[in-house]
Amino acid sequence: MGKGEDVTAAPQAVVMRGIAKQFGGVRALAGVDFEVEAGEVHALLGGNGAGKSTILKVLNGVHAPDAGTIEICGQRITHPSPEAARQAGVAMIFQEMSLVPSLSVAQNVFLTRETKTGLGLIDDRTAEKKARALFEMLEVDVNPRALVADLGAGQRQLTEIVKAISQEARVLVLDEPSTALSVSDVERLFTFLRKLKDRGVAIIYVSHRMDEIARIADRATILRDGRHVITAPLSELPIDTMIEHIVGKRSRGLSDVAREQVEIGEPLLELVSVSGRHKPCDVSLTVHRGEVVGLAGLLGSGRSSLARVIAGIEPSTAGEIKVAGTPIEIRSPRDAIGARIALVPEARATQGIIATHSVAANLSMAVLDRVSSSGVVSRRAVEEVADHQIERLAIKTASRDHAVGTLSGGNQQKVVIGKWLAADPDILVLDEPTAGIDIGSKSEIIRLVRELARAGKAIVMISSELSELLTACDRILVMSEGRAVSSFARHDLDDPDLPADDTMHQLQSAEQKLQFHIQEALKHQGVRHVHQR
Amino acid sequence: MIFAIFALTLNDKGFLNPNNLLNIVRQTAMIAVMAIAMTFVLSSGEIDLSVGAVAGLASVTAAMAIAAGGIFFGVAAGLATGIAVGVFNGLLTTRIGIPSFLTTLAMMGIAKGVAMWISGTAAVPIINPGYSWLFGGGSIGIVPVLLLWMLGLGAVGHFVLKRTTFGRRVLATGGGETAARYSGIDTSSVKFRVLVISSMAAALAGMLYAGRLQSGRFQLGEGDELSVIAAAVLGGTSLFGGYGTVIGTIVGALMIGLINNGLILMGLEFSQQLIARGGIIILAVALSQKRN
Repeated sequence: MGKGEDVTAAPQAVVMRGIAKQFGGVRALAGVDFEVEAGEVHALLGGNGAGKSTILKVLNGVHAPDAGTIEICGQRITHPSPEAARQAGVAMIFQEMSLVPSLSVAQNVFLTRETKTGLGLIDDRTAEKKARALFEMLEVDVNPRALVADLGAGQRQLTEIVKAISQEARVLVLDEPSTALSVSDVERLFTFLRKLKDRGVAIIYVSHRMDEIARIADRATILRDGRHVITAPLSELPIDTMIEHIVGKRSRGLSDVAREQVEIGEPLLELVSVSGRHKPCDVSLTVHRGEVVGLAGLLGSGRSSLARVIAGIEPSTAGEIKVAGTPIEIRSPRDAIGARIALVPEARATQGIIATHSVAANLSMAVLDRVSSSGVVSRRAVEEVADHQIERLAIKTASRDHAVGTLSGGNQQKVVIGKWLAADPDILVLDEPTAGIDIGSKSEIIRLVRELARAGKAIVMISSELSELLTACDRILVMSEGRAVSSFARHDLDDPDLPADDTMHQLQSAEQKLQFHIQEALKHQGVRHVHQR
Repeated sequence: MIFAIFALTLNDKGFLNPNNLLNIVRQTAMIAVMAIAMTFVLSSGEIDLSVGAVAGLASVTAAMAIAAGGIFFGVAAGLATGIAVGVFNGLLTTRIGIPSFLTTLAMMGIAKGVAMWISGTAAVPIINPGYSWLFGGGSIGIVPVLLLWMLGLGAVGHFVLKRTTFGRRVLATGGGETAARYSGIDTSSVKFRVLVISSMAAALAGMLYAGRLQSGRFQLGEGDELSVIAAAVLGGTSLFGGYGTVIGTIVGALMIGLINNGLILMGLEFSQQLIARGGIIILAVALSQKRN
C-alpha cells in the first residue's frame, strides 16, 4: 500500500481520491482519499460529523462529489448515481434494515428479480431452492422459508448481506451493524464476514465500538472534521491511539472519567418484587440518592422492560414501587413524571425525539405545564428552558429553532437527555444512552451521569457496553430472562492484584469478570427451567 | 395565482365584483370553519371524513329543535349532535383502536342515514329570523356575519394551536406519537379531543348552512370533506401529522372557494365542475406536498 503501487496486482476495490463535498456553507469533506483492498475488512472511523456518512454516501452514489475521482473494482465512475454504484458492485447494509417483514427470506433475497415459471408467474419453490443453495454455500444458518418478521435481528442482517452478495456485490458497506445484535449474533456476523473476506469481498465497517473494530478489522481509516487523518493496519493502531485520532485531543476516553466516591444517601427508588406483563419478573431493587445502579444482561433479558415499567409505559402486574419510602402507583408516563421519574429511552428516533420539530419544542415537551400558565405557552419560558439545556449539555445546533433531525446522533441524544433534565427528575433511568453515538459524546454522557449522581439523583443505567457500566455505576445488577440474577458492588469487581490507579487494566479485568457473571446467569437460568418442568 | 387566473379570464362575468367576492366568503365560511378544526385533526396524525355528513345531520337536528323549542334549544341540539358524533368517533378510535380513517368513514354513512331518516329526506324549514341572521344570513354593514364566524374561529384556532399546551400536545402527538407518549403526553386524550372538536366544528358549519338557507337538509355539506381536507393541506398542514397552521388553512379554504366560484361563473355544468374541481385540488395539493 502507500506510494509504491503494484501495477500487476488485481485492482483495488475502492479508490477514492481528493473527494470534496460541501452542503450549503458547511464543508463535509475536504479532499479526502479513501482506499480499500479487495478481501480486507476496512474500518472507517470518526466522530459524529467527521464525514463518515458523507463519504459513504458519495461511494454509494447518493451524493455527487464536488471534486475528486471514484474507482470501484478498477472501473472509473464518471456519472455517480446509486444505480452506477450498485452496478459497480457496491452494496450498503443499512442500520434500518431494508427487508420486507411480511415476505419470506427467499422472497426477499430475490425481490424484484423473482424466478418466473414458463407462464410468467412467480415460482416461489425454485426461488426457495436457489436461496437454500446460496445460504448453504455461504454457510449461513437461516431458513429460506421463514418469514422475515419471525427472524431475530442477527438473522435479518445475515439475510440482508446474503441478498447483497447474491447481487454480485464486491464492496460491502456495514454501518453500525452490531447495534441491534446480541453477543452471539455479533459472533456469527464476524464469522460470516471473515468468510466473505476470503472470497475477495471488500468490507467497509463503520462502528463506534472499538472492541469490535479491534477484532474484525485489518486496516482502519480515520476521518476528523472532513479530513483524512490516518490509514494504517490495525496492528499499528492500539485503541488509545485510535481514540486520540478520532477525538483529536489526548485523553478523553472512558478511562478518564473521574470515579470519585459520592455520598450515598437515603433510598429514593425501591422496587419490591415487581413484575410486568411478560417481563420483568419478580425484580427487587433499591437505588439510593447519589447512586448509579447498572443493569447488565443480554438482549431480551428484561432490562428495557423494567425501565419501561418504572417509567409507567408498561404496566406493572405485581409488586410495589416506592419513591422516597412512599408506595406509589405508576399507571402512565404522566404518573411517573409526577413522581419525578424520567426515562431516556433506548430507541432515540421513535421514543426520544420528534425529528421534524425544533430543538426548543423537543426540549420543552416534557415540561409543557411548567412553561405555561393556564394552558398558554410562554415563548420566553420555552426559550429559557431550551437555551439552558443547550448550554448545559453543550448541544451543537445552529439555533434552538432548528429541527432536531438535522443534528448528529450524539447531539440528538443530548436533546433527549436535556428534555428530561429540564423536568428536574430525582430518579433518572437511562436505557442505552450511548448507543450509536461517537466516542467523544459517549464519555461526555458518562461524565454527565456521574455528575448527576453527585448532585444527589438516583440513577438506573442500562448499557450493553460493559466498560461503560463499570465506569458509570456504583452497583451492577445482572438480569437474565426478566429476573435479577446477581448483584455486585462496583469495587467488588476490582482486581486487588492490579494497582488501583491503573484504570485501563482494572477496567479490562472487571469487564471480564462481569462478562463471566452474565454468561453464568444464563446457565443457571437454563437449570431453573429444567427444575420448573 | 388561482385568483389571478380567474380574475383575468372571468373579468367580464363579474368575478371581481365586490358582491361576488363577498359571496365567495359566504360560500367558503363553512368549509373554513370545518378546515380550522381539521387542521388540528391532521396535525395530530388523524383524519376526519365524517365532517360533511355531520354538517348535514346537525342542520336537520338544529332545524327540528328550533321548530320545537326555539333558537336556544336549536343551537344546543345542533352542538349536542356534534359532541355526540365526536365522542363516538373518539372512543372508537382511541379505546378500540380502529383507525380514524375507518371510524369516520363509517360515521359518514351513519350520520347521513340518521339525517335522512329523522327528516324523512325532506327539508326542515327554519322560521326564525334571529337564527338566520346570526347563523349565516346576516351582515353588519357590508360585512357578512359568516366572515366574522370564520375570522373569529380562525383567530381562536390559530392561538390554540400555536400558543397553548394543548396545541403543542396536538403537534407532538402527530409528529411522533411514541416520543410524545414517552414524554408524558396522553396521546389518546389528545386524539379524542381533536375528533370531538372536529365534529363540533362540523355541526356548527351545518348550522351555518341551515341559517343561510333557512332550512335544515341532509344534503347540506355533502362532499365537503374533500374540500375541507384539501383546504388544510393546501395551507401547508401535513397529511402525516406534526405540522399545521390555521392561517394557512384559511387561505387554503379561500382558494377552494375561489375555485368553486370560478367554475360556476365559467358556466360549467355540475358534472364538469366536479371533474375540474377534483383535478385542480389534486394538482394544488401535489404542488404543496412537493414544496415540503
